[in-house]
Amino acid sequence: MAKVGAVLVIGGGIAGIQASIDLADSGYKVYLAESTTSIGGVMSQLDKTFPTNDCAICILAPKLVQTGRHENIEILINSSIEKIEGAPGHFKVDLTQRTLRLDQEKCTGCGLCAQQCPIEAIDLFNEKLSNIAAISVKFPQAVPLVFSINKDKCIGCGICKGICKAKAIDYDLQDKLITLDVGAVVLAIGFDEYDPTPLTELGYGKHLNVITSIEFERILSASGPHSGLILRPSDGTIPKKIAFLHCVGSRDRKHRKDYCSSVCCMYTTKEAVIAKEHMNIIEPTIFTMDIRAYGKDFDKYIDRAKDEYGVRYIRRRISSIKEIPDSKDLIVCYETKNGKIIKEIFNLVVLSVGMEPNQKANELAQKLDIQLNEYGFCKTCTFSPVETSRSGIYVCGSFATPKDIPETVIEASAAAGCVNILLSEARNKLVTKKELPEELDVSDQPPRIGVFICHCGINIGGVVDVPNVVEYVKTLPNVVYAEHNLYTCSADTQTNIKEKIKKNNLNRVIVASCTPRTHEPLFQATIREVGLNKYLFEMVNIRDQCSWVHMHEPEKATAKSKDLLRMSVAKASQLIPLQEQEISVINKGLVIGGGVSGMTAALNLASQGYEIFLVEKEDSLGGIAKNIYRTLENDDVQEYLKILIKNIESNQLIHVFKNAQINGISGYIGNFSTNISYGNNGKIIDLEHGIIIVATGAKEYQPKEYHFGKDQRIITQTQFEKDLFTSDKIKGLKSIVMIQCVGSRNDDFPYCSRVCCSEAIKNALKAKEINPNIEIIILYRDIRTYGFKEKYYNFARDKKVIFIRYEEVEPPELKIKNKELKIIVTNPDLGKLEINPDLIVLSTGLVAPIKENEELAKMLKVPLNEDKFFLEAHVKLRPIDFATDGIYLCGCAHSPKDIRESIAQSNGAAAQAVKILSSEKLVTSGLVAVVIEENCIGCGSCVEVCQFNAIELIEKERAFEDFTMPIMKSYVNPALCKGCGTCGAQCPNSTIVIKHFGFEQIHAMISALLIQS
Amino acid sequence: MSKSKKKVDKKNFHPNILCFCCNWCSYAGADLAGVSRFQYPSTIRILRVMCSGRVDPAFILEAFKDGIDGVIVTGCHIGDCHYLKGNEFARDRFERFKEVLKIFNLDKRFKLEWVSASEGKRFAEVITEFTNKIKNLGPLQAL
Repeated sequence: MAKVGAVLVIGGGIAGIQASIDLADSGYKVYLAESTTSIGGVMSQLDKTFPTNDCAICILAPKLVQTGRHENIEILINSSIEKIEGAPGHFKVDLTQRTLRLDQEKCTGCGLCAQQCPIEAIDLFNEKLSNIAAISVKFPQAVPLVFSINKDKCIGCGICKGICKAKAIDYDLQDKLITLDVGAVVLAIGFDEYDPTPLTELGYGKHLNVITSIEFERILSASGPHSGLILRPSDGTIPKKIAFLHCVGSRDRKHRKDYCSSVCCMYTTKEAVIAKEHMNIIEPTIFTMDIRAYGKDFDKYIDRAKDEYGVRYIRRRISSIKEIPDSKDLIVCYETKNGKIIKEIFNLVVLSVGMEPNQKANELAQKLDIQLNEYGFCKTCTFSPVETSRSGIYVCGSFATPKDIPETVIEASAAAGCVNILLSEARNKLVTKKELPEELDVSDQPPRIGVFICHCGINIGGVVDVPNVVEYVKTLPNVVYAEHNLYTCSADTQTNIKEKIKKNNLNRVIVASCTPRTHEPLFQATIREVGLNKYLFEMVNIRDQCSWVHMHEPEKATAKSKDLLRMSVAKASQLIPLQEQEISVINKGLVIGGGVSGMTAALNLASQGYEIFLVEKEDSLGGIAKNIYRTLENDDVQEYLKILIKNIESNQLIHVFKNAQINGISGYIGNFSTNISYGNNGKIIDLEHGIIIVATGAKEYQPKEYHFGKDQRIITQTQFEKDLFTSDKIKGLKSIVMIQCVGSRNDDFPYCSRVCCSEAIKNALKAKEINPNIEIIILYRDIRTYGFKEKYYNFARDKKVIFIRYEEVEPPELKIKNKELKIIVTNPDLGKLEINPDLIVLSTGLVAPIKENEELAKMLKVPLNEDKFFLEAHVKLRPIDFATDGIYLCGCAHSPKDIRESIAQSNGAAAQAVKILSSEKLVTSGLVAVVIEENCIGCGSCVEVCQFNAIELIEKERAFEDFTMPIMKSYVNPALCKGCGTCGAQCPNSTIVIKHFGFEQIHAMISALLIQS
Repeated sequence: MSKSKKKVDKKNFHPNILCFCCNWCSYAGADLAGVSRFQYPSTIRILRVMCSGRVDPAFILEAFKDGIDGVIVTGCHIGDCHYLKGNEFARDRFERFKEVLKIFNLDKRFKLEWVSASEGKRFAEVITEFTNKIKNLGPLQAL
């Protein structure tokens, strides 16, 4: 049976969005089923994101729009899964789409209904902190932008039905049953926030000023209940002293939440920092057990919170909160270092609630016949992190384990990468390509502008005198046609626009309505359907910039609409058709690094039929995994590695080059050329390929500390692991001390290596297994067993492994006297302690191969971070790709990570790469910069500002009367240019034309601003 | 057609302000001001560019030459730029450019502001504040 080239993605949070985009971009039809009325998930509720303090909606909204507009993605909102039948490659899925009580096709999202609705409902998006109408949209940037009626609240008064000009409202619309044929399913149902009500001692739900972190997130948001002002619930005053309590619903064995939620330490710090940024008088205090800042650049964020923002961290777990009845302030009790009990008063307490499995997880698991793990999250395996227990059904994001946004995005791409392996033969089978007429050549014609002005129901027309504006526009130069529409975006108006273009021979079109950020692609597609180049279009936003913000000044709003239209007409007169160039693609890939990451990525791509060059600098494959015997979860790494290497070496599409060195890389996306020397003789070869995956890994830090190398009883965790698994050396030992953070989290290496805590616990457990009486003491700063790794931390403590904390300022001291090892450690609570171990194991961090990375980064023209790991395009939403197109990143080259995470990121990198490899041609944007060569003085200012390596200086010959000399001219590669225009403004000679935002075009708009009719 | 250049008293002065917005953050912030119905003076005319890094100082000089009373350039907050660093180049460029404007006593009529996509209210406030400032300065006298 032929496989079906369609995929069902369940869950429209950032995981589902990313998986959908990746799959749709690589040639599959995607159905994205979302249980609420808009995609966006929890990320859309966040104010900022760590560790960059990026505005969440700023970076998410473009992805929402991209998903909503994607021709291969069909979003099914308000829907739930009923059942699934079939096998990998051909599933049949039944869904119920609950009625919105209005026709989604007709609703334009104008919002008139909500303004007139007399009934208030609770705003769940704002975490019940404010009210909305009974007919509402989930949030202003919702995709799709449709309203829905809250059936529990609606009284059926009929006001909305009467006022809806689009006639969208239909109370009698019933739920729909939909059946889909798909080849694979991706689960991205996310998590629920832990509800702290059962923890009565914390008083949530009882004390007004005890709130959850997600509620606080909405309070922080500029679009939240108080427009970003931080006001506490009891009396609306600014809470000067705020306490944040960590691990509420996490790391709590008593309440059967004995896993770590992975994100709370960081988001709490972010909330504290942002609160301080919003209102400087706020004094945030965070009560914590460990600070788990284990991700890329996380520790630096914590340091800034402490040093720059004065966030106070107190290492205590708070067990109860008391309210002061009159002031509604809260008393938090804790013990100081010297045993004193302190009662501190706070104005607001924020509970950092953990992640729980989605409440629908159980039901869904039964319907889909997949297994959940002991905590109710989706069960997965270390070596197949995005595969569920049922073949053909994949999982990503926090449904698999609690995780942050970048890791969620990585896993979403990984899920897409694994679907690719299953369904590649069905690629491009179900996607539709629109047949478009030949483009009309209008370059020689004088501008004939048609203007369509929208009433938007009464959203615009109720304030702006639209007919008057239409009459005015008709008087402007080059305007040959103008009309007004009730809804310019409706389907029938698109037909109308096309007719009017033909009838009036229009060659430029302007729509004055709402925002081009959401609607420009729609109108561009409309004019293209009748042969007009899509760049012969301009949009004027007279709703968000006129009627809605000058509601009480109709005359001024009308005058402003005229001004904006006049400016737009001036620009439209200058518009020229822009060509999107096609560039060819070499359908082969280069993978740099032959560790687990590189091999995983190579195998993924080869299994889809693409030829791969895999270069490894050493004489054998395997990378750092060669030193790992088991994972913390007790998976056999060596066995896995053996099979992986066998699969690589037996795959005819993968060409392995060992002892290889890269001498040079040139070219751009689709067309790279790399020169390498390899083998014992340094044979040189040129490789031609369309993409590059960087999987160069990291290496173990070789300590200078603790007499390492001078005494055989002082070894690293890697040596210890080898001894444990391959010898019986430790059998006779009585006492072992492990020292954490050797070469991590210090001035030289100011980051956490992420894996060392788990490695130490893994080896401690193994040692206890071999010799139950052995004493093992782990000296640590924070135990960072995030996610389900926490279980093994608990195991270790149950097995009597002793954990003693030290602080950075007072690291453990080693003394060797009469051949006796003596460790002196200072614990903040217990004071100085002395230990006499037989063996000292140093948990050394992972470091970037600095020299190699610097050389490679230079050749690839991609950046490194301060710690010399490769720096991705965007730490939150583009964790796999570089700003330079066609180059991707995975594994420890990105930052320290474990095998499971490396495998996920590698499959994710393959998913990004295959978008390019599977296309015959790439189409560049028309919005690019172009250098007028004759005026270019070759100064290189443009090269310096371009963040995408799109510009280079090329040597040209300049002929004089009797001689020629070489001169430099700048050249913009349209395949790499993003059209931001920074080079155009930077050019001292104004010789770079920014297409569509050109000098003349902007000038025309400025000049038109003051000209009046 | 003629350029409007009438002498108006400060009290009834309704300034003409040109506002550059970047496509990804500040234009979205202006959209959110709209969706949230945050009212602000009808003094600005928004000119959308893809990035604040696109804004050439020549555009601002052109605007003043035409008699526009004030120019405000808005973009993503530092670190949020959709094009990674376009706004940083805009910042550096306009820091230097302000010195030029000082010579012509125009520096007070120019402003660079960062507005995110979630700061609808702030967008309205920024525009209100800048409008008031330009109102106080009065109409731009012919150079």
